[in-house]
Amino acid sequence: MNSVVCVKQVPDTETLIKLNADGTGIETAGIKWIMNPFDEYAVEEAVRQKEKSGGAVTLVCLGPDQALDAIRSGLAMGADTAVHINDAEFAAKADPYATAVALAAAIKDLEYDAIFCGKQAVDDDAGQVASILGELLDLPVITIVIKFELSDDGKTAIVTREIEGGHAVIEVPLPAIFTAQKGLNEPRYASLPQIMKAKKKPVTVKTVADLGVSAEPMTVIKGMELPPERQAGKMIEGADAAAKAAALAKALHEEAEVI
Amino acid sequence: MPEILVYAEVQKGEIKKGAFEITSKAKALGGQVSACIIGKDVEGLAGELGKYGADKIYVVDGPEFENYLTEPYVQALAHVAGLVNPSIIFISASAQGKDLTPALAARLKVGSISDCVDLSMEGDKVIAKRPMFAGKAYATVEALGNPQVLSIRPNSFGVEEIAGAGDVEKVDVSLDTSKIKAVVKSVEVTESEEPDQTEAEIIVAGGRGMDNGENFKLLEELAHAFGPTATVGASRAAVDAGWIEHGYQIGQTGKTVSPNLYIAAGISGAIQHLAGMNTSKVIVAINKDPEAPIFSKADYGVVGDLFEIIPKLTEEIKKIKGQ
Ligand SMILES: Cc1cc2nc3c(=O)[nH]c(=O)nc-3n(C[C@H](O)[C@H](O)[C@H](O)COP(=O)(O)OP(=O)(O)OC[C@H]3O[C@@H](n4cnc5c(N)ncnc54)[C@H](O)[C@@H]3O)c2cc1C
Ligand SMILES: Nc1ncnc2c1ncn2[C@@H]1O[C@H](COP(=O)(O)O)[C@@H](O)[C@H]1O
Repeated sequence: MNSVVCVKQVPDTETLIKLNADGTGIETAGIKWIMNPFDEYAVEEAVRQKEKSGGAVTLVCLGPDQALDAIRSGLAMGADTAVHINDAEFAAKADPYATAVALAAAIKDLEYDAIFCGKQAVDDDAGQVASILGELLDLPVITIVIKFELSDDGKTAIVTREIEGGHAVIEVPLPAIFTAQKGLNEPRYASLPQIMKAKKKPVTVKTVADLGVSAEPMTVIKGMELPPERQAGKMIEGADAAAKAAALAKALHEEAEVI
Repeated sequence: MPEILVYAEVQKGEIKKGAFEITSKAKALGGQVSACIIGKDVEGLAGELGKYGADKIYVVDGPEFENYLTEPYVQALAHVAGLVNPSIIFISASAQGKDLTPALAARLKVGSISDCVDLSMEGDKVIAKRPMFAGKAYATVEALGNPQVLSIRPNSFGVEEIAGAGDVEKVDVSLDTSKIKAVVKSVEVTESEEPDQTEAEIIVAGGRGMDNGENFKLLEELAHAFGPTATVGASRAAVDAGWIEHGYQIGQTGKTVSPNLYIAAGISGAIQHLAGMNTSKVIVAINKDPEAPIFSKADYGVVGDLFEIIPKLTEEIKKIKGQ
């Protein structure tokens, strides 16, 4: 099975977010960048399927120069090649729609049975790119996948997806698009030799213009703000656990009025 | 007056609370409000939406809509959108809504805004506020296309009884089956009466301090004492230890929640956990380490052993609730 995996580079989840000077975005100086955590599950699944049934794994990433680090991490996990849509200007203002247009243009020339994305990118938290990609490429999209199995003839995927309060099992002919949720697998840590090998794997670099598309974002961020800093409140005192519990219950009932 | 179409999700034979929230919000924004429900044997539910502001309710009812599947639902909702010609579409950002919204928007050739927590009108356009970075920042966003398609986080708006005309109309949708490639083989839903974490008003969450999965019973008992709007949550450490299922995880790579009351027991307060719950109205931290970072975000802090405090708290809540 040949797979394409869409990987995005995002700020480390440890990052304390600050706003830039004009309040239209975040301050990026000093941020540590990582592969979007959900994309790690996507890469891992594609690599496992390759290890089981053969084929190749191609990464596609839209992002500036530094996004190459995320691409290299995916190659070190076992992906074979990558397309880096290196277009800082486009990437900076791309919304999920514009992103999907660029990714679709890069993907349509590749060979694939499955496209894996992450459930969402933990910077914009949109959870949209895969669904738009599905529309642009006219492929079915199954989101929030926690189990992926290939049929014996390799033509169909049988996947389990999370739904509210449970699971649904979906069968879908390939090619199709899947979004990876935590639980799908346990992403591997790349070994040093794999990291070294990844540096030699081929990465094709293209701009959005090279891909022959253009796309204006369909949504605009007009401003950003930080949530009010939460302050430490009251410490509940009491002689023992029973007294503390009683004082807490009283405070929640009479003061906070949440019960 | 904007023409607003609301998708009202049905689950387990009932219209979900989130649907009433967005219907009444649509009405409050001054819209002419149409609602759409899709499912099997759902026609009888439609009228209720009129109580919360729907002027017209479109019903798509048929066996082919028994289980949710993206493509047929997108086709049905796009068909209704074609009848209504709305300038704005609201969908509750439930698990189903998160799947449906971007797919519908793409089908209508417009962009969409996910998981909005606040809305206002600027002329005929709706402007949304939404969290990014799991709530470490908030963005004000405008969708440029027509219609504007938005998913709205549950619990962001109250349910208000504002009567709309409430006319119900059944719609026949002839599906383009050539586009329906996926098949639902089975659906397994737990019969638990607990609300989903994203919709619960009270969450009692446990972390590594819970020591094992068995001990989560203590949190369940406390949640039960609070009543049917309460449920259990967990930190990633507890999920990764295998003590509780991933669906319970709160945080940047779990669920983002904003209940009225969030109780964190045996949770240290890592940045990824805080991101998912710091918009809770009231936060309580129970931790034996007085230096735990969670205390700096908590409205009420209790230093102590959770195994002593939680059972006592359950007794106290039962007393207050008169159980
Ligand atoms: C990419 C990434 C994504 C992540 N996403 C998430 C996420 O979505 N959600 C999330 O929660 N974490 C997430 N994490 C993990 C996060 O960094 C922390 O490791 C995790 O939140 C710690 O969980 P904890 O507070 O339960 O455990 P710990 O940090 O170990 O804290 C346990 C606490 O329990 C207290 N305790 C122990 N025994 C008792 C007792 N008997 N009574 C009272 N208190 C007691 C201790 O004092 C301590 O403060 C993520 C990490 C990464 C790298
Ligand atoms: N710039 C990008 N480059 C490659 N893949 C992306 C990019 N943005 C989003 N994706 C993919 O789409 C998924 C969902 O992103 P989003 O819709 O932005 O939450 C991510 O997990 C990636 O798999």
